Amino acid sequence: MSHTPAENIEAYLKEHEHKDMLRFLTCGSVDDGKSTLIGRLLYDSKLIFEDQLAAAESESKKYGTTGEKIDMALLVDGLQSEREQGITIDVAYRFFATDKRKYIIADTPGHEQYTRNMVTGASTADVAIILIDARKGILTQTRRHSYIVNLLGIKHIIVAVNKMDLVDFDEARYHEIKEAYEKEVLEQLPSMGGKRPETIYIPMSALEGDNVVDKSDKTPWYEGMPLLEQLDTMDIARDGGTEQFRLPVQYVNRPNLDFRGFCGTIASGTVKVGDAITILPSGKTTTVKSIINSGDITEADRNATTHEAYAPMAVTITTAEEVDISRGDMIVRSDDLPRVSNALKVMVVWMDDTPMKPNQTFDIKRAASVMPGHFEHINYKVDVNTYEREKVETLALNDIASCKLILSRPIAADHYSENRQTGSFIVIDRVTNNTVGAGMIVDVAAREGEQITAIKREYTNAEKALNAYIREHFPEWGCKEY
Amino acid sequence: MKPLTHLKQLEAESIHILREVAAAFSNPVMMYSVGKDSSVMLHLAMKAFAPGKVPFPLLHVDTTWKFNEMIEFRDRRAKELGFDLIVHSNPEGLKMDISPFAHGSKVHTDIMKTEALKQALNKGGYDAVIGGARRDEEKSRAKERIFSFRDDQHRWDPKNQRPELWNVYNTAIRKGESVRVFPISNWTELDIWQYIYLEQIPIPSLYFAKERPVVEYEGTKIMVDDDRMPEELRNKAKNEMVRFRTLGCYPLTGAINSTASTLPEIIKEMLLSKSSEREGRLIDKDQEGAMEKKKIEGYF
Repeated sequence: MSHTPAENIEAYLKEHEHKDMLRFLTCGSVDDGKSTLIGRLLYDSKLIFEDQLAAAESESKKYGTTGEKIDMALLVDGLQSEREQGITIDVAYRFFATDKRKYIIADTPGHEQYTRNMVTGASTADVAIILIDARKGILTQTRRHSYIVNLLGIKHIIVAVNKMDLVDFDEARYHEIKEAYEKEVLEQLPSMGGKRPETIYIPMSALEGDNVVDKSDKTPWYEGMPLLEQLDTMDIARDGGTEQFRLPVQYVNRPNLDFRGFCGTIASGTVKVGDAITILPSGKTTTVKSIINSGDITEADRNATTHEAYAPMAVTITTAEEVDISRGDMIVRSDDLPRVSNALKVMVVWMDDTPMKPNQTFDIKRAASVMPGHFEHINYKVDVNTYEREKVETLALNDIASCKLILSRPIAADHYSENRQTGSFIVIDRVTNNTVGAGMIVDVAAREGEQITAIKREYTNAEKALNAYIREHFPEWGCKEY
Repeated sequence: MKPLTHLKQLEAESIHILREVAAAFSNPVMMYSVGKDSSVMLHLAMKAFAPGKVPFPLLHVDTTWKFNEMIEFRDRRAKELGFDLIVHSNPEGLKMDISPFAHGSKVHTDIMKTEALKQALNKGGYDAVIGGARRDEEKSRAKERIFSFRDDQHRWDPKNQRPELWNVYNTAIRKGESVRVFPISNWTELDIWQYIYLEQIPIPSLYFAKERPVVEYEGTKIMVDDDRMPEELRNKAKNEMVRFRTLGCYPLTGAINSTASTLPEIIKEMLLSKSSEREGRLIDKDQEGAMEKKKIEGYF
């Protein structure tokens, strides 16, 4: 049973302590009603205050496009210069909450030249809402948005067929768009190694509020949930991918001679005191002596420790033996080793006005490690509108391409489709220091004439048979294939 | 293995950001304004570096017009937690005897806050400045990065921000340049209060309702905190049950009538409130897009 703050605030707080969090991205072109949808969510979940509403009202008169009504879009459009142009030009983050979840919305523009902003917003999102104007149907940008959502490893897509009020809430039109999306977009998306996103369709009018927060009486033929209920009940817990333990070492904490702790945010998996661990890329081994979950620390007990910690906790671990570990290293469990290599097959999104040329040296930052690297070769560029591959010599702003990346030293590498934290990196220009690109590891490649340092255990036939036997007869053990 | 609650996820994200600053910069500093957001940041920093101390100093830009209780609270917390505290006031402003009553909020803020902040940052030569701004506070902040680049004049260029993806932060800068880092960007006002409640984080008592002497001034109620308030104003003061939703310079901080004297009551009041947090701050009302302009000039 749910409590309101007015009747019992303590009970209400108790309930809200247990909320989880969901990050979503809204994609649409300039006039698909994206800002209107966000304004509607904030407004209907009572996160717009009277003073902000009054400000939006006065701005509606000045810049608004909705006549007498308050322009919902003006509640969310941030910077002054943008308001004057009537478009949003960057990535903005909005917040609201329900009884079930706290939401972070990444609001990105749909305008052609701003692919990089959408990639930025998508990088942290669990769910993407793709807006389609019911009158216009699938447009080029729908294909582009879907490509980026899939590329960035978002596992859930909500296709919001918006402006249904302008097509008289016509069921046939909704189904036509739904089928077109499945055939012309979803089935055409190139595989990124993982599963294709799960897709949900909602007929909607953001302007009128139909199927946004409450189920609309104008779409009796629609059996699904309104948007907000859909978001509240989506299962995102299993999206993390791998259960393999990965701790990128971010900071070495050495407050005194007796304590040497390795700090970082667990990217995936679980670690326990006593676990045998390997430090990569060095390959040195030791065991976990103690774990501090920073969340457990209080002012009264600044030495609190825990027996077990898991992603995405920020932790500090100490080791049984004194091993050389520094920022940029990766701590993994010794029974679950990633491949280590300096040659990677990657997908790159170019984000700078200056084109990328192969063999130019950049700084590559992956988790906490920064090292020089270069793109040896551009395999192909992807046309995000047609999904066709094209041979190119350089990459321009907003280009997305498959490349071979050579790092100056080997790193422990995971596929992005399995691990968003350890499979992603940014590209930094060594002169301007700008972030000029973003990348995702697709494969760990061998460089010609060079060995991949694969620390992979070799099993005997008897061990392989044992593994197969356990997987077949004891599935409840969750045993992995060797 | 339970999934982390939203507050535990936010906490872990903020700790990640604080550690990234400590690891990647040679001379970081954390802004400390004594308010609830600063209290949360300090608490997060204490957690991030336990069992050690917070490895960077805290900087308070003191306009000399803060509530007296804020200063007492600040000095007490510095002792209790053992952090390094740097306090800076603009010496020229002090000589000119700048007063929000005599010179108005704009001049006072420009000289005692924006200018003082620039002085303190130039003096310290900090390459990373950690601030407590949240993206839900104001529209222009919703677009700001967590690691927000500033040129050698401390200026922010909203049109030319570095893309920021995943939790991989670009910390590369040249000499003289700096970044402003906002570890609690993704927290809302409600998150902050819930976290203070759950973690029992000490905050100044000005947030709790009490009988205080207040007087109407420029459309809001301000508290009589000392006798620098002009006498004719002071004479009109009446005792009322009030509290503050934000803390700053007492002549520029509006009190609200309230009986909320515990954290749950404050949260209840906030949830049922019809006005946003910044309404009590007089400086924002000066002009439309005021905060965006101040940020470009170097105000936080």
